[in-house]
Amino acid sequence: MSATETPTSSWTGRVREAAVEALPPEKLLPDKQPTYVASWIYVFGVASIASLVVIIASGCILALKGPAWWHYTGVGHFFNSIHLWAVELFFFVMVVHLWGKYWMAAWRGGRTRVWITGAIIFLVAVPTALTGYVSQQNFDAQWISTQAKDGLNSVGVGAFFNVTNFGQMYSYHVLLLPAAVVALVVAHVLLVRRHGVVPPFELEDRRASGASTTPANAMPSSAVQGSGPGSDGAMS
Amino acid sequence: MSVRGRLRPRDDTGPWRGAYAPYDLVKELCIAIGVIALLAVLLTVLFSSPDDKPSTIAQWSREMPVNFTAAAAKELAGTSDTAGYGPPYNHNGEGQHAAFLYPQKWLGVSHPINTANDFVIDPLKTVPDNPALASAIAQFQAAPEKTQKAWSEAYAKPLEEYETALEEKKTPAKTVSLNPTTGAVTVQASGAGPVGTMMSGLLALAKSGGLDGSLLTSRQFFQTDYTKPLLFMADGGLLSERAEAQHLLGEQWGMMNETGSYPGQVWLWLYTLWYQVEPFKSSENADILVMLVMGVLSLAFICIPFIPGVRSLPRRVPVYKLIWKEHYRSQQSL
Amino acid sequence: MNPVSVMGAIFNLNHPAHVVEWHFIQLSVANVVAIGLMILVFVLAIVLPFPGAARRRSGASS
Repeated sequence: MSATETPTSSWTGRVREAAVEALPPEKLLPDKQPTYVASWIYVFGVASIASLVVIIASGCILALKGPAWWHYTGVGHFFNSIHLWAVELFFFVMVVHLWGKYWMAAWRGGRTRVWITGAIIFLVAVPTALTGYVSQQNFDAQWISTQAKDGLNSVGVGAFFNVTNFGQMYSYHVLLLPAAVVALVVAHVLLVRRHGVVPPFELEDRRASGASTTPANAMPSSAVQGSGPGSDGAMS
Repeated sequence: MSVRGRLRPRDDTGPWRGAYAPYDLVKELCIAIGVIALLAVLLTVLFSSPDDKPSTIAQWSREMPVNFTAAAAKELAGTSDTAGYGPPYNHNGEGQHAAFLYPQKWLGVSHPINTANDFVIDPLKTVPDNPALASAIAQFQAAPEKTQKAWSEAYAKPLEEYETALEEKKTPAKTVSLNPTTGAVTVQASGAGPVGTMMSGLLALAKSGGLDGSLLTSRQFFQTDYTKPLLFMADGGLLSERAEAQHLLGEQWGMMNETGSYPGQVWLWLYTLWYQVEPFKSSENADILVMLVMGVLSLAFICIPFIPGVRSLPRRVPVYKLIWKEHYRSQQSL
Repeated sequence: MNPVSVMGAIFNLNHPAHVVEWHFIQLSVANVVAIGLMILVFVLAIVLPFPGAARRRSGASS
């Protein structure tokens, strides 16, 4: 927006300006990362996203042919297997990602919402998987649904979320819960892009000596740095 | 310091003013998708996935006719687990509670099931051309409620004793017998009125497969709600017998397991662990208690950045020194 | 019909699981393997060197 333009009053313009201010293109899709991003632990976040992509892709194939298909064709069973193993891989890499982020205290520097959205993704993924298990239309689905109903009924959730109702569970599994997971993952990733990857802890001896953390070849680029402290009001 | 001050994450993490290096995020994502897809295909080719066929009421009634008849008698008598469950199926129980919290009761009956009508009488009424059965049903329905209950309980009692004896590996009494040729179940019970005829009729309907269909499509032709046939089967022994063989029972940590030797839901480890220890293990309210504990822990998990002690543990345990070893080494060389 | 040939799997996992019991803990072998692998992968991830160290040492591109 040039200096001579008046501020826009249109909703579209205001949404665009807010979005671009929060996430300018070089922050949304940076092609550089701080030099401390130098560990294999950092790939487990993107591995979680990749697993979700494979889950959704294989899930789409299963949805195309309907819930009974995989029981009576080899190809259907093949895609069901990919879907199941992708789920196992998803939880596997997500938990390793979670362990890494905990030991990095990745909520520091105004990143509490990143942690919160990440934790909620895990907690929403669990019922997403449950609705899948009870939609299998086999013995496993019969057993899991007749058992899980007791836990859900005990807290009143069973009054509106009936695990023995295949139609309802299939709808939740194919549409509602994956949409929730994807929305949360998008929010989580956008928050990571906004705040940047959490910097390392200062070592005690360097902090005590007042040594600068800025190496000689530092590039103070405000477009790619994480936001300053207190952006969430989280500094004490 | 105020409470709010204590809960705020103590944080001296400043923005990074150090060096950057090229890092291709999009390429990384593409590689990750390729690797995960390849791993999923590899695991599929190596192990496939389980697909144990579902049980049907027809199978249950043919393989375990006495167990089926015992369950059916209890449904008619209103003494089965489903009959006395309470909300969301009926008002015959309060459900579980934790202290003053009765959410199961408060959320009410949203999926009404009258086990005597829904599992026994209404399906029997669909059986055509059987005047003896029709007469038995009419006689039962015409009787006062007290009489209906007395008849059904009189018929159910020897069957329950039979099942209990089998569970305890004792010789059951001869009041219940199974004809190996016809598959008919005979119960010596005085004061059972027309219930014997009704139960024989239900067993025959079940063996033919008609009860599966009748329970599913009782409300409408197109149906996707399997609650009635599933609850009826769960009141019997077939599902739990299969589950025990596959290590899926609660006391076998079954919540974490899958049929066969496949990995299951490992992430449910803490949820199932509570059921194995007191006071949850022997509590009638185990489900709500475990759900409440897991609810609190889930909230705590979300709020880790605000929990003193937990949030400062990563600073105290130097796992981070391994993660950022290259960064610390480069700092020391400055 | 042989379930292995029906599903095309190389290893047939359709038999009741072997269970590892330790005090009151009962875990299927498959789950123990999954948990063990998770821990192993985590340790390897934080210990193994990440490629591109030379690029990071030479500093930021413009």
